[in-house]
Amino acid sequence: MALARVKRLPSRPVILLLQVAVLIGFFLLWHVLTATKILSPFFFGTPLAVLERTWSDFASGVIWYHLGITLLETALAFAIGTIAGIAFGFWFARAPLVSIVFDPYIKAVNALPRVVLAPIFALWLGLGIWSKVALGVTLVFFIVFFNVYQGVKEVSPVVLANAKMLGASNRHLFRHVYLPSALSWVFSSLHTAVGFAMVGAVVGEYLGSAAGLGYRIHQAEGVFDTVGVFSGMLVLTIFVVVIDAVVTVIEKRLLHWRPQEAQTTNAQG
Amino acid sequence: MSDSAAVAAALRTEGADKAALRLDGVTCTFPSPDGRGHSYTAVQGVTLSVAAGEFVSIVGPTGSGKSTILNVAAGLLAPSAGRALAFGQPVDGINPHAGYMFQADALMPWKSALENVAAGLEFRGVPRREAEERALPWLARVGLDRFGDRYPHQLSGGMRKRVALAQTLIVDPKIVLMDEPFSALDIQTRQLMENELLELWSADRKSVVFITHDLEEAISMSDRVLVLSAGPGARLIGEYRVDLERPRDVAEIRMTPRFLDLHREIWGQLREEVLKGYAQTKLT
Repeated sequence: MALARVKRLPSRPVILLLQVAVLIGFFLLWHVLTATKILSPFFFGTPLAVLERTWSDFASGVIWYHLGITLLETALAFAIGTIAGIAFGFWFARAPLVSIVFDPYIKAVNALPRVVLAPIFALWLGLGIWSKVALGVTLVFFIVFFNVYQGVKEVSPVVLANAKMLGASNRHLFRHVYLPSALSWVFSSLHTAVGFAMVGAVVGEYLGSAAGLGYRIHQAEGVFDTVGVFSGMLVLTIFVVVIDAVVTVIEKRLLHWRPQEAQTTNAQG
Repeated sequence: MSDSAAVAAALRTEGADKAALRLDGVTCTFPSPDGRGHSYTAVQGVTLSVAAGEFVSIVGPTGSGKSTILNVAAGLLAPSAGRALAFGQPVDGINPHAGYMFQADALMPWKSALENVAAGLEFRGVPRREAEERALPWLARVGLDRFGDRYPHQLSGGMRKRVALAQTLIVDPKIVLMDEPFSALDIQTRQLMENELLELWSADRKSVVFITHDLEEAISMSDRVLVLSAGPGARLIGEYRVDLERPRDVAEIRMTPRFLDLHREIWGQLREEVLKGYAQTKLT
């Protein structure tokens, strides 16, 4: 797949160079516009100040605590949402009656914008990490659930019949056929799931908490500290890019048997 | 030999208790997917038996329910009427004596070639390490010992068929059911595979039921060729004993006069059915 796309494009270093040029260009434009006061530095900050603030946050170490909290919330939301999604996905795929009866309700809950649940979770679970984890779980669960459901349903009948003829019991079928098929769908939606877990964590923090990246941004906004807001966004972006790279590595290791990426079904945020 | 009384007599005498596989008046009727009330009968009153160590081919026009017969023998499909017996025992659920090589790719795509071959042993409770050790010589036997760590999508069509063959044979089934296993291969690869299969088979003479639409393939490999009529409601209408010497080379044997005689004789009957089948597809 990558090969076909790279065809007739310049080599990798050139592309990387162009990508860096876009980044530098963006910061230059920002710098020029704010330095010449075309854009007010009060409302837009300045890139130098943002970079300096970010650097000092990392150097002094205050940011690590908040990063850790957000990471913990993201990891918990991802783990709980994934396990629940796999369990329910299997159950629904293997029990047609359950799936038909619950179908409209699953769709209804999935259609609900999950952000409105954040205050409820804060009320139920307090301002600590668990209200953020809960919000992340409601996002992750549906992505994993739909993918597992699809994965179990899409198992090739021939592969299934073949395994049965080779003497597979129901337990074997689960471990050697249904689970790998479903997991391949889960892993192919890993990027989306991890992303949503983090959205849950950050939005939850933003709406009410005492720690985390979302909290930092919210605090900065409260005192019109635009440099602080942009610095928070920058840290968040770096955080996302790093996590995404880790996910890509994991995905490559786990899905090496697959010829190409399959499409995934996406839940709505 | 081809008149129906002789066929019936031959089928009866072939029966007996020692038959590895026996189908008794098997009829399969499927509800039609579109309308209520209408149903489709794929095969009707099929009676056949396969002796231990016998290689039997079933030929018939496209859509004559060849795979249906195999699925009944495998226990994957319960017949609407009639029954299947394996070594005298009625088949209820998966036939434990049977191995099945499918027409389509049936390897588990998430397992490497070696793991796929070892799967059958693992399902039978052999520890993974030991199963893979025992799978290695089987991979070598089908000429793939250097490809054990490849995944199915990294193998060619012919290689995947070899893996499937090893996967089916490693659990030592007494009856091997093969549903047009080589139909997707090019003619050269196909003849290679046919010879390899004959060689493997001659080592420990299992009962084989081989489905194909290719009459030459059927004659060159089998002890007996059964002809199925055009569907719907396909019946067995002919039985021919292939008295060609073994061991055979599937490419060379096609030049012998006896082969050509048999081919002419069976094709005479099969041709009519093919034409009937063709006319039906044109009508609908």
